[in-house]
Amino acid sequence: MAESKIKRLQTTKLMKKVMADHFYELDAAMKAGSPKIAWCTSVGPAELLRAMGFLVYFPENHAAILGATRLATEYIPVANAIGYSPEICSYLTADIGAYLKGFTPLSKAYEGIESIPKPDVLVYNTNQCRDVKDWFEWYAKRWNVPCLGIESYVNVGEVTETHVAGIAGQMKKLAEDLTAVTGNRLDMDKLAEVVDMSRKCSDLWRDVLEMAANKPTPLTFFDGTIHMGPAVVMRGTQVAIDYYETLLDELRQWVKDGVAAVEGEKYRVYWEGMPIWGKLRENAELFLRLKTAVVASTYCNSWIFSALDGKDPWNSMARAYTELFIVRDDDYKEEYFLKMKEIFDFDGIIFHDARTCPNNSNCRYGLPQRFQEKTGVPFVTIDGDLNDLRCYSEEQAITKIEAFIEQLGERK
Amino acid sequence: MAADLFAGIDVGSTTTKAAIIDRDGRLLAEAVDKSGYDFAGAADRVFAAALAAGNLERQRVGKVVSTGYGRRNVAFADESRTEIFCHATGAYFHFPEALTIIDIGGQDNKIIRVNAQGERETFAMNRKCAAGTGAFIEEIAYRLGLELGELNAMAEKSEHEVSIGSFCTVFSCTEILGLLRRGAKPEDIVKGVFRSVVKRVIEMDTIAGKVVLTGGVVAYNPIIATMMAEMLDGQEVVIAPHPQVVGAFGAALTASRL
Ligand code: SF4
Repeated sequence: MAESKIKRLQTTKLMKKVMADHFYELDAAMKAGSPKIAWCTSVGPAELLRAMGFLVYFPENHAAILGATRLATEYIPVANAIGYSPEICSYLTADIGAYLKGFTPLSKAYEGIESIPKPDVLVYNTNQCRDVKDWFEWYAKRWNVPCLGIESYVNVGEVTETHVAGIAGQMKKLAEDLTAVTGNRLDMDKLAEVVDMSRKCSDLWRDVLEMAANKPTPLTFFDGTIHMGPAVVMRGTQVAIDYYETLLDELRQWVKDGVAAVEGEKYRVYWEGMPIWGKLRENAELFLRLKTAVVASTYCNSWIFSALDGKDPWNSMARAYTELFIVRDDDYKEEYFLKMKEIFDFDGIIFHDARTCPNNSNCRYGLPQRFQEKTGVPFVTIDGDLNDLRCYSEEQAITKIEAFIEQLGERK
Repeated sequence: MAADLFAGIDVGSTTTKAAIIDRDGRLLAEAVDKSGYDFAGAADRVFAAALAAGNLERQRVGKVVSTGYGRRNVAFADESRTEIFCHATGAYFHFPEALTIIDIGGQDNKIIRVNAQGERETFAMNRKCAAGTGAFIEEIAYRLGLELGELNAMAEKSEHEVSIGSFCTVFSCTEILGLLRRGAKPEDIVKGVFRSVVKRVIEMDTIAGKVVLTGGVVAYNPIIATMMAEMLDGQEVVIAPHPQVVGAFGAALTASRL
C-alpha cells in the first residue's frame, strides 16, 4: 500500500531563509560588537527589547533545534552531571550541556557560524516557568553579563487590573534597568510601532492556525511547529508580517484547491502539550497513516498575543503576556478547550505528559478527566518529553495513539 | 475444504499467544510461547502450535488478525488491531456488560473501561516503569531465588503479609533486603509483592463495573483476583476464561467480523 506523504508548503523555503537571516544577523552583531544582543524567553518582553534597539535571540528555539536534530539526548546528561536534574526542563539541560561541550547545531546548519550569539543582557519572564530564570542565570554568571526579568503571576483565573498594573510596572522598571546596564534607550514611538507590528504578526499567525478549521485541514500541528519559527523569534518585525502574509496566501489557495494535509482525513484531534521534537516526522507520519489530522494545539497558539496594542503599549504588553494559557488556572483552561473545540471541531484530545515540563503538561491535576466528564470529549495521555528521548517509549506511544483512534472509530 | 475458522495472534513483549475460534466464538485451540527476539518467527511457531493442539488444518483458517507490540510483524495476518482493542473485544464477548478490564502483562498493564454496549470509554497504560507488572514479580522472584510457578501457593500460606512501599523495582528490592534481615518469611514477602502489584494497578485509573482480569500474571497467580476484590471493597472481580489468550481471542473475534 502506498503510504501518503507529508505535503510541504512552498513557503517552507522562505521560512528557511527567514531563519537563516535571523541567525546570521545575530552572528554578525556578535562579531562586530553592535547592535547589542539580548537573550529573551519565548514569551518574554521581545517587543520592549526590539524597541530599545537590541537584536533578540531565543535560547528555547536553539534548544528545540537540539531536540529536532536528536542531539539533545546526547547533551542533557552533561548538564545532569553538573547538578541539573534529569527531571527539570530538558531545554535547559540540552542547551547548557551542548554549550559545555562547545557544540551548537547552528554551525552545522549555517556555514560560518561557530557559536551561539553571546548576549549583552539576558531577559526572562517567569510567566512560563522558573526554569528559564535558572537557565539564564547560569549563562549570566558564566559571561558576567546582567540577567534581568519579570516575575510573573501563576495559576491566574481572571486577569485583573491589579495583575496588569503589577506586570506593567515591572516592565517599565525593566526598561530603566536595561538602559542603566547597556546604555540602550527606549523611544516610546518606536515601542508603539513594534507592539503594533507584533500584534499584526500575532493576528496573522492566528489566521494561519485557524485555517485548520477547514475540513479537510490544509495544515496540521506538525506543520505549525515548523512555521511558528518567525512568530517566536521575529515577532515585532516586518519580516514576520510578510512571512505570514505569504503563508496565509498559500494556505488559502490550498483550501480553494481542496488540498488536504492528511489525505482522506477521517478524524480530527487536538494536541495538548509540548511537541516531541525528536519524533516530529515519525509522529506526523503516524497520524497520516491513521487518517487523523492533528488540527490544533495549545502549543502553537502560545504565540498569539491578541491584547497587544501600540496605543497602550505597557498595559497591553502586560495583559498579553499574562493572559497566556500557561499562566492560567484549570477553569480557564477548560473554557479554552471548549472554545478550541468550537473553532476546530475535533473528536478527541491527546495530552502529552512531558516528563521535564510540568508547566506544559496539563494532565497532572485531573483536567482531562474533568473535561471528558463535562463535554464527552475523549482523551488519551502519552508519556514522553520535549527533548529527552530517554523518557519516551515510542512503541507505547504508538499503541496508545492507535488504540485511541480505534476508539474514535467505534463512535463514528 | 471451506475456511470456517478464524485466528488471532497476539505478539506481546514477553510471550506470543494464538487463539483459533469458530464462527460462534468458541475457542478451539490456543498456544503460548516466548516472543524472544524474532517476532515473525514466534508468530509462525505459535500459530502452528495452536493448529497442532487443536488438530486443525491450516486451510480451515480464513481471516487472521494480529495484535500486540509485534502486530506488524505477522506477515500472514489480514489486519492488525491494538491490544487495547482486542482485550476489550475478548473480555466483552465473555461478559457483555459495562466492564473494567485489567490486563497485567509482562511489561505493561492496561486498564480499559467499556460501556454496556461494549464501546470503549477510556483506557490507561502504566508509565515507562516495571512497577505493578509481571517484570516486577519476575525480578523479585529472581532475587529471592524462587520459581515463578511456586509464588501463588507461597502467598496463599502467608499469615503476616509485609508491606512494600516503594514504586521502583530497585527500591523495592532494597526494601525486601531490609525485611529479610529483620527475619520476614519469604511467603509473607511474596504476598506483599502481590499486594504491591494490585496497588500499582488500581491507582492507574478509576475502576467501575465488573472487573475482568486478563493476562499471564493472573493466569498463574489467581490470588491477585482475591486481593484485588478485597482492596476494591467487594467490587466483583473475575478472571477471564483463558486469561492469557484474551488478546488473541479478541483478535480472532475481530477476524470473524472482518
Ligand atoms: S515552559 Fe517547560 S519547556 Fe519551556 S522553558 Fe519552561 S520548563 Fe522548559
